[in-house]
This record gives sequence, C-alpha cells and structure tokens, in this order.
Amino acid sequence: MKRLLVANRGEIAVRIIRAARELGLETVAVHSEADRDSLPVRMADVVVPIGPAPAAKSYLNIDAIVRAAQDSGADAVHPGYGFLSENAKFADAVEHAGLIFVGPTAEVIRLMGNKSVARDTAAKAGVPTVPGSDGVIDTVDGALTTAARIGYPVMIKASAGGGGRGIRVASDGDELRKQMSVAQTEAQSAFGDKSIYLERFIRRARHVEVQVLGDGSDVIHCFERECSLQRRRQKILEEAPSPALSPTTRERLCESAVRLAKSVSYRGAGTLEYLYDDDSTEFFFIEMNTRIQVEHPITEMITGIDLVREMIRVAQGERLRYQQSEIAMRGVAIECRINAEDPAKNFMPSPGRVSEIDLPGGPGVRVDTMLYPGYTVPPYYDSLLGKLIVHAEDRPAAIGRMRRALQELRVAGVSTTRSLHLELMDEPRFHTAQFDTNFLEGWLATRHPS
Amino acid sequence: MAQHQVLCPLPGTFYRKPAPDAEPFVKEGDTVKAGDIIGLVEVMKQFSEVQADASGKVVRFMVDNEGTVEPGQPLVMIETA
Repeated sequence: MKRLLVANRGEIAVRIIRAARELGLETVAVHSEADRDSLPVRMADVVVPIGPAPAAKSYLNIDAIVRAAQDSGADAVHPGYGFLSENAKFADAVEHAGLIFVGPTAEVIRLMGNKSVARDTAAKAGVPTVPGSDGVIDTVDGALTTAARIGYPVMIKASAGGGGRGIRVASDGDELRKQMSVAQTEAQSAFGDKSIYLERFIRRARHVEVQVLGDGSDVIHCFERECSLQRRRQKILEEAPSPALSPTTRERLCESAVRLAKSVSYRGAGTLEYLYDDDSTEFFFIEMNTRIQVEHPITEMITGIDLVREMIRVAQGERLRYQQSEIAMRGVAIECRINAEDPAKNFMPSPGRVSEIDLPGGPGVRVDTMLYPGYTVPPYYDSLLGKLIVHAEDRPAAIGRMRRALQELRVAGVSTTRSLHLELMDEPRFHTAQFDTNFLEGWLATRHPS
Repeated sequence: MAQHQVLCPLPGTFYRKPAPDAEPFVKEGDTVKAGDIIGLVEVMKQFSEVQADASGKVVRFMVDNEGTVEPGQPLVMIETA
C-alpha cells in the first residue's frame, strides 16, 4: 500500500489521514462541492471532487469514489464510518477494481449487516442474545406466538435498520397487532426491505460495546466502552472502561466478543454492541459494526493502541502485532461529542461559519475535529464538529479533566453541545455512574423543559 | 379574507411529503388547522416538522418540494376565514 483514498469527510477523514501519514502513506481526499474548503481537503496529498453536496450524489456514490481511486493512483480505500462503510457492494466494487478495502470482507459485512443473521451467528458462537424471534417474522400470527414465548414488552425491529432507526415497542398483543403492519411499511420505505423481527425490550439497560481487532484469523479485544448516554438513540458521551462491570463480567463479555469475531474470521477493527442489565449482570449481543466507530479514541487512550493504524496494517495483509496478553487498560477515558446543535433550543441544528475557535490542551487531552477558524459548517451532513477526549488515572480525575477541557473550549459563530456536557460534569448521577440508556433524555426534560 | 404565510423556522431542505413515494402532507386547496403538519425541513440529517400556525385553506406553496429554504422564508399561503 502506497496511497490511501479516504472515502469520507469531517473529523474521521482527518483522523484517517493522520494515521496514514504516520505509516508513510500518501493520502487522497474525496469531497463534495460543499466540502471544497474542508480540513481533510487541505491536509491530503491529492484531492478529487466527487459530486454535488447531497451525500447521495457524492459520499454515497460508489462509482464516483472507485473512479476517483483509480484516477488518483490510490491502491487502497478507507471508508471511515457512516456513508459506505458498511455497504458490502462498495467493498466488492473496491476489490473488483483491484484495490484494498480497509475493513472486513464484503461477505462478512453482509453477514453482520443483517441483524437477524448476525443474531444467529452469535448464537452459534455461544454468545447470548436478547430473547427474540428465530429470524424474520412475516405474519401477525407468527409475531403473536413469538411474543408470547419471549415475553412482553417486545421491540419490533427492521432487519435492515440501524442506529436506532426502524424500532417500535409493543407492550401487549393488541399493540403488537397494530404496530406490526406499520412497522413493515416503515421498514419497506426507509430501508427498501420490509423484513422485521422481534426482541424482548429491556427497560433498564446499559449500552456497552467491545472493541475487537482481527487479521482474518486471529482476533483480540481492546476492552469495552460504555455508551449509555444517548439522545434519540444517538450517543452523546462515551467512556472506557464501563463503570458498571466487575472484572469477571468484563472478562466474560470481552471473551464472548472475541469468540464471535473469530467465528467469522474477522479482519479489521470492529465493535460488538451489547445490552447490559445491571440487576442481573446479564449481557446480550445486539449487533456488530464492521467499521471504525466515532468513539474509538477512548479505547486508544486506555490501551495505547492506534486502532486506525492497526486496521490499515491488517488490510495490507499483516498479522496482528499484539497478543491478547499484551493488551492492558490503564485509567479512564471520556469522550464528549461536540455537535453543532443548540441544547437550549431542543438541539436545533446550527450550521454556519465558525468565526473563532479555542481548542483545549494540556495533560491527557485530545481533540479530534475538522474545525478551523473561518470554516463554514455545511447544512448537508451530520452535526458532529469534533470530539473532546480526556484520559486520567481514575474516573473522578477524568471528570475533573473533562470539565477543565470543556471550560477551555470555545467555538464562536455556531451553537454547540458544549454547555450540555459542562452541566453533565456536575450531575451527581453521572459522577456515581447511575444511568441507563433512558437516563439522558429524562435528565434533559428536567433541565431543559421544552 | 385574510391571508397568512407560514414561515420557515430553520435553514435546510424543504419536503412536502413524509417519504419520496408518499402523498404530500397537504395539497393546494386543502383545509388545514393550526398544528397540522405541512412539511418537513431537513438540516444536518435531522428532520423537523413544520406546522401550520393558522387555520384555513391552502392557497399555494411558495417553495418547491426539495427546495432550499432559509429561516423566515414564506413556505405556504393560507387563506384564513
């Protein structure tokens, strides 16, 4: 590998360019018309425009990206997260063009991308899953029989859904009967696939996920991340390790993730998402993300491993450079997502020109962002401006460090979620880690009544 | 007959339909009540519903489906009783 094309934008494109440079690779940035003046475009060695602003015509345009790779002499493509990162057709197209796809094989993306197939794969590897239907449910009668077996309340989920989209909850048979056809129609129009399946709905659950790294035969884990603080099923703040797990549970959880990833000969960086029930200390596999995640830096901070660099190395055919016994975690890392949204106005998006910016620094602070003074945040893409990450010897020290870093952060010109994170740093239930995936929305409703 | 303009609350892309292959929320000639959804604005991948802030008959849309909109821009003209 000599020249890597980054098929993404924003902060993750910057992150990938950095990793590639450190490996001595040249970088190619592709960009839409709206991202002509973006930071990754400024940083990359070669720049290729791929289309108009809407993502469907640029960052989701497989032909345009593969052509850009060929025309620019790239020999590998890194998909980042979102966009085409979990699109098996894209992985196929990259490989058919004779290029390296930095990620798992198209076959594995396909396998894990279908939720019901992924569940079956987990069950075969002996990994616990949320009690649910055996595969896809077609009829109302089938749904009612299955729901009676797994117990209410149940979630109706779109097989092709993701990121919390395409999910409905039914607390009894009547509701299930009503929701079923709506769920199928929604799934058809949102994902082009009306397949749905059922799962027990766990009312008070944590979202805990395990980072794995594989080279196609060996797989290791890099411990877990706690991502329970979510709004509208979008993560807002993540930390590593999870404050809820005992060492024994952690070991069982991480071993299960390795078992599942090994069973599909996983290559690259991947994340297995679980629900964790504090009361019973049970964990249930929900899905696997076959790509790098937004919140990967907290894992890098506690393990010292550069995940993006390692995924590029294994994509070149190298074996993993670490044994599991060499992976240790030290201290606690927290990440706050800084979004261009106004917490005081029900998180209304706030695109526009960033007139000034002061980034925090000092011990244990990392900022992954695409912002620079004068940058105009376009309205066409997601609202993530960057991530503020801190690392310290324990959780209280990490919280103190995050508060200090947030105080140093200043972004003028657009509204950001900084103020929300500052308030969270003073919230007793955050300090004691007494939260589940419903906590943040309830807390917001009392702090910011709309 | 008074005429009322529903103004766009935020910048983005305006949609008259809940999904590309769906029927529009309201058509010209329809009667709407205050609070009825007349369209969606997409900005930064988030969809916000735009509600009619007056009751009456929809005279005409002043923005095309998938048109770019700015805050304060008139979206639809309503003839109030």
